[in-house]
Amino acid sequence: MYNFDIERPGSVADAATAMGREEAQALGGGQTLIPTLKQRLASPSVLVSLSGIAEMQGVCTTDDGRVAIGGATTHATVARDAAALYPGLADLASHIGDPAVRNRGTIGGSLANNDPSACYPAAALASGATIITNNREIAADDYFQGMFTTALEEGEIITEVRFPVPEASNYQKFVQPASRFALVGVFVAKFAESVRVAVTGASNDGVFRWSEAEAALSGNFSQSAVDGLSLPGDNMISDLHGTGAYRAHLVGVMTKRAVTAAG
Amino acid sequence: MAQVSMTVNGKAASGEVEGRTLLSSFLRDTLQLTGTHVGCDTSQCGACVVHVNGEAVKACTMLAAEADGAEVATIEGQANADGSLNVIQQAFQDHHGLQCGFCTPGMVMSAAALLKENPTPSEAEVREYLEGNICRCTGYHNIVKAIMAASGQDVSSIAAE
Ligand SMILES: Cc1cc2nc3c(=O)[nH]c(=O)nc-3n(C[C@H](O)[C@H](O)[C@H](O)COP(=O)(O)OP(=O)(O)OC[C@H]3O[C@@H](n4cnc5c(N)ncnc54)[C@H](O)[C@@H]3O)c2cc1C
Ligand code: FES
Ligand code: FES
Repeated sequence: MYNFDIERPGSVADAATAMGREEAQALGGGQTLIPTLKQRLASPSVLVSLSGIAEMQGVCTTDDGRVAIGGATTHATVARDAAALYPGLADLASHIGDPAVRNRGTIGGSLANNDPSACYPAAALASGATIITNNREIAADDYFQGMFTTALEEGEIITEVRFPVPEASNYQKFVQPASRFALVGVFVAKFAESVRVAVTGASNDGVFRWSEAEAALSGNFSQSAVDGLSLPGDNMISDLHGTGAYRAHLVGVMTKRAVTAAG
Repeated sequence: MAQVSMTVNGKAASGEVEGRTLLSSFLRDTLQLTGTHVGCDTSQCGACVVHVNGEAVKACTMLAAEADGAEVATIEGQANADGSLNVIQQAFQDHHGLQCGFCTPGMVMSAAALLKENPTPSEAEVREYLEGNICRCTGYHNIVKAIMAASGQDVSSIAAE
């Protein structure tokens, strides 16, 4: 690792000021960033730690019935505190990585990083969540812009994420056992009027909505509705863990399992 | 360089660290607490698991500065006050839960975190909790058995395979 300074602000306002320093970078749980720094793939001159900001912690319900999660809330806290409010989301959080990763890694860090195989992007996109930063609110549909690419501007901090709560939901993850990320993960969210389906781990464009499955499931929320559907484009990830065709097949299988589990 | 202070195994500890100093190196190099092992240094193996404010974390993937003011527990603080092995450590010995012992500090710290949260876990729950702790010697079976035994459950039916 190259060396850097650390700032540990106590408020979003102070963090935003610190992010204005030259070559500043936010530090969430460090579960992605510290390995990246060790490989010298990043060389910030100052890390702005978000872990001491009370207003970015915790899970609650808003007046309009959405579940709001502070940007620096750990996966373990979401798994515990969102269990009664949004079980599908809490269940996803409880299967990220391993217990030690979940005790440090945060929702804001996961969404800012937008790893093509990460779990939270699927939940945010399938739920139609709103990503709230220190400057603005961004709809999930506008937020994810391809592998490791998001709508965030330089220095912008995710302070909160708001999730509409579906009537039924489930996330199915086919684990890549070495990394513990998703080889393919599918989040299905059934709302009163429609169904949203988001797929992670599969596409070179990162997380995406499978609109054909959404249309089919909105009319008939059952496994059989997914039979015979095709995936958009042929831009599936192909690597030593699985070919594009294998991943495309898994998307269908995981979607069916998620529909059944959501009930 | 900056000064950090924390409580390690119940005692005040402080030292000078750089921004990039990892908690694992602060414990091992500054405090000379070399029981916390570094197996991979890439967040995969769990040999470096310690507790920070009661929660299991990988000390190789946390900056020492982030532990400023925290309560840290390492393997060195696990024995009973009279120096005898605690229940989990004794169960690892009784049930042959280790061979080379490299992974053991992390295994014991993860087991302690699990049993605090879930005092009588099922075998499946123990295995799932150890997802981030890698052992290249034992095949895990006796580690799982030791943790089940430490939780006070009957392990006679968990046959050695
Ligand atoms: C062994 C292992 C297994 C894992 N398995 C999974 C898995 O199964 N599924 C999964 O989804 N993830 C997995 N992860 C990744 C993990 O969830 C990370 O915690 C997460 O991707 C990053 O969150 P973080 O808080 O640690 O962010 P950091 O590592 O601190 O930061 C990541 C990036 O986000 C930026 N950032 C951090 N917080 C904010 C914020 N609030 N606003 C704006 N930018 C911010 C940082 O500047 C950096 O660029 C795994 C990681 C490890 C080490
Ligand atoms: S040394 Fe920390 S996880 Fe392997
Ligand atoms: S006993 Fe050797 S690595 Fe676990």
